[in-house]
Amino acid sequence: MITQLVFRALDRKAVWLIAALLLFAAAVPILNLLVPHGSPLHLPNYLVPLFGKYLTYAILALALDLVWGYCGILSLGHAAFFSLGGYAMGMYLMRQIGARGVYGNPVLPDFMVFLQYKQLPWFWLGFDHWWFAFIMVLLVPGLLAFIFGWLAFRSRVTGVYLSIITQAMTYALMLAFFRNDLGFGGNNGLTDYKDILGFNVQAQTTRAALFAISAIALALAVLVCSAIVNSKLGKVMVAIRDAESRTRFLGWRPENVKLFAFVVSALIAGVAGALFVPQVGIINPGEFAPENSIEAVIWVAVGGRGTIVGPIIGALLVNAGKTLFTGALPDYWLFALGGLFVFVTLFMPKGVVGLFAAARGGSRLSNGKAASAAAAMGETPPSSSAKPEPAE
Amino acid sequence: MNELAGPTEKDGTMLYLDGVSVSFDGFKALNNLSIIVKPAEMLAIIGPNGAGKTTMMDIITGKTRPDDGEVYFDGRTDLTKLDEAAIANLGIGRKFQKPTVFESHTVWDNLELALKKPRSVFAALSYIAANDDVARIDAILETIRLAGRKGELASGLSHGQKQWLEIGMLLAQDPKLLLVDEPVAGMTDAETVETAKLLKEIAATRSVIVVEHDMSFVRELGTRVSCLAEGSVLAEGTLEQVSANPVVIERYLGR
Repeated sequence: MITQLVFRALDRKAVWLIAALLLFAAAVPILNLLVPHGSPLHLPNYLVPLFGKYLTYAILALALDLVWGYCGILSLGHAAFFSLGGYAMGMYLMRQIGARGVYGNPVLPDFMVFLQYKQLPWFWLGFDHWWFAFIMVLLVPGLLAFIFGWLAFRSRVTGVYLSIITQAMTYALMLAFFRNDLGFGGNNGLTDYKDILGFNVQAQTTRAALFAISAIALALAVLVCSAIVNSKLGKVMVAIRDAESRTRFLGWRPENVKLFAFVVSALIAGVAGALFVPQVGIINPGEFAPENSIEAVIWVAVGGRGTIVGPIIGALLVNAGKTLFTGALPDYWLFALGGLFVFVTLFMPKGVVGLFAAARGGSRLSNGKAASAAAAMGETPPSSSAKPEPAE
Repeated sequence: MNELAGPTEKDGTMLYLDGVSVSFDGFKALNNLSIIVKPAEMLAIIGPNGAGKTTMMDIITGKTRPDDGEVYFDGRTDLTKLDEAAIANLGIGRKFQKPTVFESHTVWDNLELALKKPRSVFAALSYIAANDDVARIDAILETIRLAGRKGELASGLSHGQKQWLEIGMLLAQDPKLLLVDEPVAGMTDAETVETAKLLKEIAATRSVIVVEHDMSFVRELGTRVSCLAEGSVLAEGTLEQVSANPVVIERYLGR
């Protein structure tokens, strides 16, 4: 079954995309580490984690597109899954600091010593093992998505109502994580990491490796998402997006299909968050902010929802734009972002990918029409002579 | 209430509605409605707007719950306890008044989604079309005269073709009972004749309920007719008997 799914996932577009990502995974570390300083091809050190961060955003955008673009669930709370994955990774990285913290406590992270914790809270246990932390990266966002989705989809909460409660979910988590006594470092979050799997987080080689892993993770996410959307389940998802009650009368259960998509999406978002944290060096409650989830929606809209490549392009373009724009006019970025969203909604409903398809599809559309006209003339069904096309 | 008579009455029926009432905000959409359809029987339902025809279909398919009355399928399954998906999987297919096909899917995919197959998430994820499935869809495409357009998006079909595609989706579900709401609305005369022929073919092996305003189409079907008005059955019989009924003339045809 798995091989069949993988085979079906690899349509021509997915193969090209995955190949490009793997090339990228190799090229950036080579240009940064092997090409000597001073060469025009040398990639400066600061760009490696920056590009890596963009890639984790692209993974988040793809996750969001799976539920929004394909299944019609406009989640305004996907940053919650991203951040929870990030916190799970952050907890692992905190435990790796050991006695090298400011207070030199071998077990307790600095903020706990500062807040006069006597021992490690129970929910921090196990995070000194990388495998435990990596399971939690998937389990925590997945479980939250499962419980949330089970309740919401079963009660047939759809449309803006669903969007609003996803927003409320991430907002509630943000407020909770801001509290010092929750045990996750309050508004400072988790930071000052030293090692990941025994390698120095700050080292250029580690950063290059993290970049490559992010690119490979994005390629895997592409594989998973295209396996799903190319299957019959993917067709059911699109059917639910376009006419949910019709799907129900055909005997499908939209609540189960949506729950599946939502949980898979949350798992992917959690992985994105986990890769984001070591490259950025901090996770704090600000990552749960509703604006972050909305920004992710804009990436997907700009790139083109309901496509695999669209959200990736959107996330990379908008974030590159953000980096350049905030460098020049930092105060006006949110206006630019809002304006971009309005512009895309009004004039580019299918996003950047839609523009390419329209530019290329001109010739293909006329071919298609000619073909169907030929088919109609060639193999006219016996009764269709009595069944003229209605004049429009 | 009628424990003794009940089972015998339901025996051998495909659809059994007894004393069904439902009201919305005080408006009685259905008022003590009783209808029986036998296996492989066609029933045409006529009646003025607001007579409760669509509400009746909503109740049979689980979209609306009745306030009162019994709704049984195949003589033994209580439909008032089930939801839409469960009822669809029992073998009740519904065609809506406004053709609702999946516009961003191809004609083929529309039929594949309707095809009677396991409906679970993981069954759909691992589904691979078997030769039988392909043959079945091809056969349906022939029946609904869309074989030449199977690869096209459903949004590109004409209104009449969408109606036919939806009938094809019903066939793909392989239901025991079909509920067909105004199948010929917006069709040309020739298409109407073809549709009547198709529905008669279908009714040879399945039960069919057709709701329709078009009298010439109902005549074409040549089947038992029920006239609904204000939520209950006004008259029943052949089209001639029903349209000769003075109450029907006054309440429906005459106006």
